[in-house]
Amino acid sequence: MSVTVHGEEAYEPVFTGETLAALERKYAEYPTKQALLLPALWMVQEKRGWISEKAIGEVAQVLGLTPALVKGVVTFYTMYHTHPVGKYFIQVCTTSPCGLCGAEETLKALLLHTGCGELGATSPDGRFTVIEVECLGACGFATPVMVNDEFIESVAPETVPALLERYR
Amino acid sequence: MGYPHPSHPRETVVLSRYFGDPEARTYDGWVKRGGYEALRKALGMDRSAIIEEVKASGLRGRGGAGFPTGLKWSFMPKDDGKPHFLVCNADESEPGTFKDREIMRWTPHALIEGCAIGAYAIQAERCYIYIRGEFTEPWAVMSRAVEEAYAQGILGGNACGSGRRVDITLHRGAGAYICGEETAMLNSLEGKRGNPRVKPPFPAQAGAFGLPTTVNNVETLAAVPHILNRGAQWYKGLCLGNPKSTGTKLMSVCGHVQRPGNYEITMGTPMKDLIYDMCGGMRDGRKLKAVIPGGSSVPILTAEEAEACVTDYEGVVEAGSMLGSGGMIVMDDTTDMVYQIWRLARFYAHESCAQCTQCREGTGWTTRILGRILAGEGKQSDYELLLDLSKNMTGTTICVLSDSCAVPIVSGIQKFRSEFEAYIRREREPALALGPA
Repeated sequence: MSVTVHGEEAYEPVFTGETLAALERKYAEYPTKQALLLPALWMVQEKRGWISEKAIGEVAQVLGLTPALVKGVVTFYTMYHTHPVGKYFIQVCTTSPCGLCGAEETLKALLLHTGCGELGATSPDGRFTVIEVECLGACGFATPVMVNDEFIESVAPETVPALLERYR
Repeated sequence: MGYPHPSHPRETVVLSRYFGDPEARTYDGWVKRGGYEALRKALGMDRSAIIEEVKASGLRGRGGAGFPTGLKWSFMPKDDGKPHFLVCNADESEPGTFKDREIMRWTPHALIEGCAIGAYAIQAERCYIYIRGEFTEPWAVMSRAVEEAYAQGILGGNACGSGRRVDITLHRGAGAYICGEETAMLNSLEGKRGNPRVKPPFPAQAGAFGLPTTVNNVETLAAVPHILNRGAQWYKGLCLGNPKSTGTKLMSVCGHVQRPGNYEITMGTPMKDLIYDMCGGMRDGRKLKAVIPGGSSVPILTAEEAEACVTDYEGVVEAGSMLGSGGMIVMDDTTDMVYQIWRLARFYAHESCAQCTQCREGTGWTTRILGRILAGEGKQSDYELLLDLSKNMTGTTICVLSDSCAVPIVSGIQKFRSEFEAYIRREREPALALGPA
């Protein structure tokens, strides 16, 4: 199913060589192997951009867990992607404090200027995906926006075009 | 200091002294500023003496609950032969709160020092600092600082040359407000879904990995080195009247003020001074309408209540709310309260872990009913329905997320009923189109 949809017939394991070694080095810091689940999922997402069914299976095998348990964890947390996203994944905080300071206008400007049009959609050029996110913890710097791992403070509708230029 | 603004003379700058100073982020810079002296001192002290000192200082948990820190540490079993853990809650995600982010970004070694002292005091074999996944910059700064601290022998098997072992591991969250709840955080740390646990057992008996654990907030732990350096009496003296609330508190002020930022106040400072002097009052000459004083989970105060409020644990309770995390959301007279309450309810509906029925259903239904009111489809019976749902959502679930959703709804209807009325009587243009919440 999802294997062919996303063109992943030939799955290449993530945890080999240095990546596996990096994970194994962390075992000593925790009393259980399962505690490495969130760190391992982050490693997968860093390498692949998202976490596929096959990757879930691989993580389960590496940590000695069931795929069902791993999937339950993956789907609980909003930052793990269960499908491919645009090259630049944009998260805009629109929770109340930012909402009071115009976050919804900033969000509209981002949807417009990226060409995404609607929340969660990827732009036709595959470059951007824009989503709303709940409280980024930078309420004094409305509106905070994350572009992949980059955290940008005080974004306003008029600064959106210049901001996006950096990713074109 | 009122980061990102310069320090205001009414502030008492202790934790925020080096915000904005990039040199303070480095090990050398931190040591030059007196860093790690408190840790060296602590490692030469008896554990119980550290706990007594923290107790005497009156320090209370800065994450929201305000529980006395020294007392919490004293609940940890002594010499029971089991491994213990300290977990630092750096999952800051309570809407309105952005103080721990600045502590980690600017003074990472202050947090490491506080964690190391706490870990030693409760005989923890390791401290985990659980940082929310979205805090990429604090994560990078903290990672560098922990690496430096190991390289300099501050941490590790012979911490500061004391012969004692102190270890710190940074653990990254992955997007879930509920993981700021301490038992949800422990589950998340263990590699599980972040569902809160039934208490008891409390973490001091069975916490991380089923072993005795203390969970403390970033700001709480960052205050500990100052207490050891300057003494409990000094800290206790930072208090404008009420001896139950001592020390300084970082107040994150956001919303419609001229200068939003983190202001470090002495406990007991009038809220009026904070809003009008330190933050410069309302933007664009507008008038104050409402304040949510302690992060989004506490009751809304009207302008009059906020202006008469004393900013400390008891003072805010007396005014009808809670100090919580110190995240102040300030709203001016242009604010649509019904819309803001709907937006908060939507937040809780999104963040519910969904294990308790009252929360899973209650947060969703209150959001939909509020949305219907905003869409001009409200009914007079909606007040009763919302209050009834809120009652069922309060005190009936494993954690307080559900209560937190009910709080702004109940206080909002109580204090701003005329705004609900305007929508229900169709006197106001709908603010939303009716649709899926």
